[in-house]
Amino acid sequence: MDIVVRFFAIYRERAACSSHELVLPEGATVADMTMEIRKIFPRLAPPEVNIVVAVNADYAEPDVLLHQGDDVCLIPPVSGG
Amino acid sequence: MIEVTHEPLNPEVVTGRVLKDTNGAVVTFLGTTRDNFEGKRVITLEYEAFEEMAVKKLEEIRQQLMTEFRIEDIAISHRIGRVDIGQVSLVVAVASPHRKEAFFACHEAVDRLKAIVPIWKKEVYEDGSRWVACEDHEFHTPEAATPVTAEDS
Repeated sequence: MDIVVRFFAIYRERAACSSHELVLPEGATVADMTMEIRKIFPRLAPPEVNIVVAVNADYAEPDVLLHQGDDVCLIPPVSGG
Repeated sequence: MIEVTHEPLNPEVVTGRVLKDTNGAVVTFLGTTRDNFEGKRVITLEYEAFEEMAVKKLEEIRQQLMTEFRIEDIAISHRIGRVDIGQVSLVVAVASPHRKEAFFACHEAVDRLKAIVPIWKKEVYEDGSRWVACEDHEFHTPEAATPVTAEDS
């Protein structure tokens, strides 16, 4: 399946783009997606940092299954206000 | 009412959205942009949002607080884009029959917003910039962590 992963703030700047399209096998999870993204963009976040993910505008745990057409976003530490 | 906007915020307008005759108290919080960070001069701030999710999370916070504190209404407006120093970046207005709940819910709204709403703030200095709260994202390579000693130079 094709999954478009969107980047914001520090991730967008470090990736030097606002999104990246991944081809993932059926049954891939959020954790599989972040592992692939880290391979492509090794300077996104240090390995010890957990990358928070939102699927369809809600926070998603690493074991959540992804589906074709999901809106997948990487969420750096938030700092609104 | 929830709002994430590029336009300047008007606290009176946001407060007006929650005013009702059944309430005895309205607490309005203003978040304003500060001109310094650890002794460094901040020139301007840039806010970025995942707008769809930010609105959704702000509405969740609003609904939760209205239920938990029996608040009549809450309005939250967050400005994004470039916000110069001394301007209002956030307005939270809480209306309640009694003041205690309004103060508490307003405090809680700002805390929850800062914890979960996907909005990011970048401080721009004269000689660089910093995404606030991203300190854990610094890379610490073994080379960089090794202090340079007299023998090395």
